[in-house]
Amino acid sequence: MNFFDWQFAWDILPQLLEASLKTIGITLGGFAIAVVLGLILAVGRRSRLPWLSWPVTGLIEFIRSTPLLIQAYFLFYVFPNYGLNLSALQAGIIAIAIHYACYTAEVYRAGLDAVPRGQWEAVTALNMKPLTAYRDVILPQALRPILPALGNYLVAMLKDTPVLSAITVVEIMQQAKNIGSESFRYLEPITLVGLFFLLLSLALAWFVRRLEDRMEVAR
Amino acid sequence: MSMQQRFDDSPMVRPSRRDGSAEPLVRFDQVTKRYGSLTVLDQLNLEVSPGEKVAIIGPSGSGKSTLLRALMTLETIDDGVIEVDGEPLTHMPTAGGHLIPANARHQRRIRGRIGMVFQSFNLFPHMNALQNVIEAPVQVLGMSKAEASQRGEELLAMVGLEDKLGHYPAQLSGGQQQRVAIARALAMRPKVMLFDEVTSALDPELCGEVLNVIRQLGEAHNLTMLMVTHQMGFAREFADRVCFFYKGRIHEQGTPEELFGNPREERTQAFLSAVNEAH
Ligand SMILES: Nc1ncnc2c1ncn2[C@@H]1O[C@H](COP(=O)(O)OP(=O)(O)OP(=O)(O)O)[C@@H](O)[C@H]1O
Ligand SMILES: [Mg+2]
Repeated sequence: MNFFDWQFAWDILPQLLEASLKTIGITLGGFAIAVVLGLILAVGRRSRLPWLSWPVTGLIEFIRSTPLLIQAYFLFYVFPNYGLNLSALQAGIIAIAIHYACYTAEVYRAGLDAVPRGQWEAVTALNMKPLTAYRDVILPQALRPILPALGNYLVAMLKDTPVLSAITVVEIMQQAKNIGSESFRYLEPITLVGLFFLLLSLALAWFVRRLEDRMEVAR
Repeated sequence: MSMQQRFDDSPMVRPSRRDGSAEPLVRFDQVTKRYGSLTVLDQLNLEVSPGEKVAIIGPSGSGKSTLLRALMTLETIDDGVIEVDGEPLTHMPTAGGHLIPANARHQRRIRGRIGMVFQSFNLFPHMNALQNVIEAPVQVLGMSKAEASQRGEELLAMVGLEDKLGHYPAQLSGGQQQRVAIARALAMRPKVMLFDEVTSALDPELCGEVLNVIRQLGEAHNLTMLMVTHQMGFAREFADRVCFFYKGRIHEQGTPEELFGNPREERTQAFLSAVNEAH
């Protein structure tokens, strides 16, 4: 029987924590890009200009229908053949950001669709420019109901970061696997990684809930 | 290509009037609007003089809202020209004097002369009354926040809401919301105000406060107003001219005395007696 070795767990903790910074960095960096890019894609998809909405729709559907793993492989292993050289971390962040941007784009789209037509008409009647209208009038109303869905994708993205170990990003899961293969002990590193994801997911969920509450108060 | 073809035989820009009569502030020239096979505005002609108050009445579906919405550029038109203050709204003149479809910049410039109040208020729910009123003056006219706020407070006081500046739309009654919406439209200093059944969503006892504000506006300002209304009493008392709409055209028009007192057309008579019976 192999019982949990507390001393061993304690010894590998610094290595895992160091790698966890990468996981957190990828998640926050990737999500920051995804929420901005997702919004741009959503607006593009809703555009009345077919030369804009068609390709954007195609991109969103394509990305959502293929695994993140393949997209990461393309960025890291295939694109260098065509002169695009990215570090594993860069490729990883970009892959996960684009992947989730296409999911958040659909969330934004639902939120934007839910803003009543009358709001757009008021914005036109007041002669507001599209950018101002989006920023001051449309987005604040579109965001509130979709905040929980966006929050879910933040947590989902965190949980998808181990996929990037396949393109040699040494995030926390890859670090745990490395420790396991060197020491032949997997119980402790994998347990710690599981705990890390659990705690961070709960923390993010709590943070998103607080954000919702604050928006509720701010009406 | 089809665009180009369509406008090859477009009308020339009109030379300004020489006879000294006031240039109309709003002019619909042979304006047609279709939804599929349904013609909603049928080669419509309408001229509104500066300061004139025009009431638009007519049966449901006759195109009254579409007229206002086309003027507010909320709907595109299929044919004809709309002019505001002597300049085409949906078109712009080329160097050669022909009219081509307006670009966004031209349309924004002309649209700035028009304000609109909607049946469903359409206030911004996440902004309080004052924020609703100052948003566009600050963002569109480039007014300073201080100046816009001061004017906003004046306008809200004018519509009787000086004590509701910080209230959000959800905290206001329908009549109060509609008065905020009127103040919001006025804050953009339009030359023409459009009112589309602005009391239809209100309980009868709240209509009066909104109509009073409009009445007051008409007296105090030299505003040009186009008002779609089902309230014949108000149209009669308020308007300089009443237009009866039927099937996308102005079927009959005249002073309130003429149109209500002595309607010539059968349709007009039928409509008015139906409305009277309903009340
Ligand atoms: N977006 C649209 N698509 C198709 N048909 C439309 C659309 N908007 C309006 N219509 C039709 O155009 C006609 C005129 O509509 P409009 O709203 O101008 O009527 P109205 O005179 O304002 O009527 P009401 O008194 O009921 O408000 C109606 O038959 C309406 O069904
Ligand atoms: Mg209508």
